[in-house]
Amino acid sequence: MKTFGGPVLFLDRDDINTDEIIPARYLTEITKADLKPYILEDLKLPGFDPKGEKTRGARVIVTRANFGCGSSREHAPWVLEVNGITVVVGESFARIFRQNMFNCGMAAIELPKETVDRLFAYRDCPDANIALDLDGQVLTMSGGGRSDSCPFQIAPFDKALVMAGGWVDYADRNY
Amino acid sequence: MGKTTAEKIFAGHLVDEPFPGAKVLRLDVVMCHEITTPIAIADLEARGKDRVFDTTKIKAVIDHVTPSKDSKTATQAKILRNWARRHGISDFFDVGANGVCHALFPEKGFIRPGYTIIMGDSHTCTHGAFGAFAAGVGTTDLEVGILKGVCAFREPKTIRFNLNGTLPKGVYAKDVILHVIGMIGVNGATDRVMEFRGPVVDAMTMESRMTLTNMAIEAGGTSGICMPDQVTVEYLWPFISDRYPSRDAALADFRKWCSDEDASYEKVYDIDVSNLEPLVTYGYKPDQVKTVAEMAGTPIDQVYLGSCTNGRLEDLRIAAAILKGRKIADGVRGILSPATPKVFQEALKEGLIEIFMEAGFCVTNPTCGACLGMSTGVLAEGEVCAATTNRNFQGRMGKGGMVHLLSPATAAAAAVEGKIADPRNYLP
Repeated sequence: MKTFGGPVLFLDRDDINTDEIIPARYLTEITKADLKPYILEDLKLPGFDPKGEKTRGARVIVTRANFGCGSSREHAPWVLEVNGITVVVGESFARIFRQNMFNCGMAAIELPKETVDRLFAYRDCPDANIALDLDGQVLTMSGGGRSDSCPFQIAPFDKALVMAGGWVDYADRNY
Repeated sequence: MGKTTAEKIFAGHLVDEPFPGAKVLRLDVVMCHEITTPIAIADLEARGKDRVFDTTKIKAVIDHVTPSKDSKTATQAKILRNWARRHGISDFFDVGANGVCHALFPEKGFIRPGYTIIMGDSHTCTHGAFGAFAAGVGTTDLEVGILKGVCAFREPKTIRFNLNGTLPKGVYAKDVILHVIGMIGVNGATDRVMEFRGPVVDAMTMESRMTLTNMAIEAGGTSGICMPDQVTVEYLWPFISDRYPSRDAALADFRKWCSDEDASYEKVYDIDVSNLEPLVTYGYKPDQVKTVAEMAGTPIDQVYLGSCTNGRLEDLRIAAAILKGRKIADGVRGILSPATPKVFQEALKEGLIEIFMEAGFCVTNPTCGACLGMSTGVLAEGEVCAATTNRNFQGRMGKGGMVHLLSPATAAAAAVEGKIADPRNYLP
């Protein structure tokens, strides 16, 4: 199983698509590691720098609704993974991206909008951090000397995929 | 309680339900292209499991960048080619026989009503036009599909779109689907099947139905679905005539996959298309849609006609009818990518290619190329393209470029005027 949690990158927009997460011009790479420099390269958000320290140091992304829409490219979760990001928290995800995350043994955590708003209250904390307790299904946000814990739902099958380290291992054992 | 097409297909293909709500389905077709498959192949090799579940159910094509443009894309093509060869996958389409997957595979008769289909490509939802459940997946799902012939889904609820009325002049399937996406948003059908019904769909060719279902994913939909009918039978007849004594027998068999009259839907939209106008996207999301009247005069640098949405023969005919005897405006580049070799050949025979070339279009080989900014028509920073494709994300057709999605007719009018223009001014 992968490790989850750490410094947070806040991406404050709905509908961030997989072309923004990893542009198609880099889909000619044939190893996951080669994708690393191109993370979020085409994402244009005020104050966001894809090459910046915040992006490079992040282990968790907190975002809004419909994250990962568009292309089916698994290069999107891969480029996050090779940069050390194994958790994305948001109001909702596009189906294929969400499945790709769990298939890779990574976590796509959906929370109600009000809860995501509470997490965004930490966006200006330089030490904003999320700890993820997958067994207990509790996420703890901390930063600036404060902290906030929120329970989350995860479908039993998705949790089994994360525990198994991904869908290939799971399917190979079961089918 | 009756069932929807999707529910019938799920029930008929269920292998396992490891947890409530998670359904593992048997797959009828697993389709592969050179961008998302090589990493699956490499992983299978690394695991010592370089096998395929059924060589006859795997279809493969090199289509995204072809012929290869550089060493990296040549390597991707080589990995897919060698894999297809060593496993004896006979339905593999290489340079000379290749075309855009979602146009090529239906044309080869690979898609049938009631099928389950996956591919490492989001526009796999296209194939639901045949009354199939067809879903785009990532490389890991593809890898498991190749190895085991199964894929897991949350069973999607179905949203039904009743398309009523009659399409007015200059308004096509592309305008209808842009209207639907504009109405429900890019997140409006996430984890849902979009079932397209009604007299407007009944009157559509398979090509037009595929334009509708192709863009289901742009509203987040898992699969678009149309009911199999006489039009479906006619399209597939060359491939199924040895299996059925008559077209009526085929139709009777196909109809078992149609949604029952008393099936239940999560939501039903009734849409009268009679007053619809040609539509154009204005932003960086496919649900940002305006009428051509509102967009008219927007300057463009390039017109692109092709893709799995609108690169079929019908699309070329519509555009050529407007371009005949006319020239592309000065300063605008026109690019036509017929979606498959067959489309290209038929267009040659019908004299369509001559019309495009006389107008000043560059005609490329069949490829996905420009649609995702990989080859044959990439935009420069700040450039704008009027495109018959399906996605207008920022930088999609090239870093810093912008795409306006529209129909082949509206693309042709834009080519003539050098700016977004109303195709109805050019139609008889």
